[in-house]
Amino acid sequence: MSRARGILERVWPPLVVLALGVVAWEFYSRLSGIGNAVLPPPSRVVQSGWADHASLWDNTLPTLREVLIGFAVSLVFAFVVSVAIDASGIARRSLMPVLIGSQTIPLIVLAPLVVIWFGFGLTPKILLVALVTFFPIVVGLVEGYASSDRDAITLLRTMGARWPTTFRLVRLPAALPGFFTGLRIAITYAVVAAIFAEYAGAEFGLGVYMQGAKASFRTDLVLAAVVVSALLTLVLFAATYVVQALVIPWYAESKRVPQ
Amino acid sequence: MIEVRNLQKSYGALDVLAGVSLHVEQGEFVSILGPSGCGKSTLFSILTGIEPADGGEILIDGAPPTEPRPCAWMPQSDALFPWRTVEQNIALGFEVAGGHGRREASERARALLPTFGLEGFGDTRPYHLSGGMRQRAALARTVAQGRDTLLLDEPFGALDALTRTDLQLWLGDIWARERWTVVLITHDVREAVLLSDRIYVLGPRPGTVVGEFEVSLPRPRGIATLGSPAAAELEVELLQALRVGQDATL
Repeated sequence: MSRARGILERVWPPLVVLALGVVAWEFYSRLSGIGNAVLPPPSRVVQSGWADHASLWDNTLPTLREVLIGFAVSLVFAFVVSVAIDASGIARRSLMPVLIGSQTIPLIVLAPLVVIWFGFGLTPKILLVALVTFFPIVVGLVEGYASSDRDAITLLRTMGARWPTTFRLVRLPAALPGFFTGLRIAITYAVVAAIFAEYAGAEFGLGVYMQGAKASFRTDLVLAAVVVSALLTLVLFAATYVVQALVIPWYAESKRVPQ
Repeated sequence: MIEVRNLQKSYGALDVLAGVSLHVEQGEFVSILGPSGCGKSTLFSILTGIEPADGGEILIDGAPPTEPRPCAWMPQSDALFPWRTVEQNIALGFEVAGGHGRREASERARALLPTFGLEGFGDTRPYHLSGGMRQRAALARTVAQGRDTLLLDEPFGALDALTRTDLQLWLGDIWARERWTVVLITHDVREAVLLSDRIYVLGPRPGTVVGEFEVSLPRPRGIATLGSPAAAELEVELLQALRVGQDATL
């Protein structure tokens, strides 16, 4: 009961701010005479978006698919790389600097390149989503491993355990909270990356939809697609919390216990 | 029986152990009493085989120790895993050190719960337990390893004074029944007197044995034991032995 109220109390302040912003926008668009082609009021965005919901939905699904597949690919590779980094000092010393260095490339600008290399199909989208989400997940895992209790590791070593056992029993479970933090950072990049990849060349997707709407001066539909992509990110973001509560229920619970 | 002869260890220029010799008999409760930083914990690292010694030797039943060492270590922090229940934490000893399957380890752990006053808490996660219960769970996990000797590194150091006394008395009782071979590291003189058969006093860094004391107080011991003249006298002697080394460094 009190938990539900706690969530409610955290949710309403940002909602009020959001509502105020939307109301101000509505009045500004209607009263300033700025014109629907430049800034349509939110009521019109919702109306037009709803009128075109079938097409919006048809273009949301491909984007969602790119995000999910790209994310899955990223997860697999991030896990493998993080394990290698944890298992071997050489892997850590050689891979970590390269990974950090790779973040100096604004990965999203690679979108035209991956289209040149892999065409207009699904592959370049998956690749870009994976590239963008890979780093935060690896860092979340690697730092999570490092955060494990030293006494717990020593204890297992005194029991005769070697790295595979300490990894499975201590380092991996200890890393999961950090992993979920990395996951949340990654997921906010994922939808953006997919839409960018679609801009660079695609047949379906929210990016394609936006470009089409823009070309026909339907600013209201561009904005409707923006809202949909924001909602998509929000849903994925919330999903990480649900998965986290299922996978590591002890984590939130241990933080609620007064010490 | 464990015999440690002239054990030496340094980290770079820092000498931590400068020739420590001691022995522990089967079924004996031995305490190692010393100030902070005298190398007590390093001694345990060497006994468990986590770190090599720079000099000296360890003999177990007259022979050099084989891997895995017949010593079960209990860390100063309880190091209970928050993602495991109490029962699963205890089962860790059976699982990793004992090589039992997960299921059997769990059953054996469950059977240990009453002995350690944890009946009904098997499915609880450690963060719901009091400090005293956590230490008892950690001790159960140590015993579960099935090794000959228990190495307890200041097990009650982080507890409040009242809980500490409770647990000391509890450990005294359970030891009287189980007769494990125990080496206890502590800087609590009273704890050493209450629990031990013999006490080694280590001087400040670099650690050396500055005194060895037989504790001839009758068992079972309780709070009243601590009030006896013999106990008081021993406490004074121990405190004096601890101070001999201290004066030089203060």
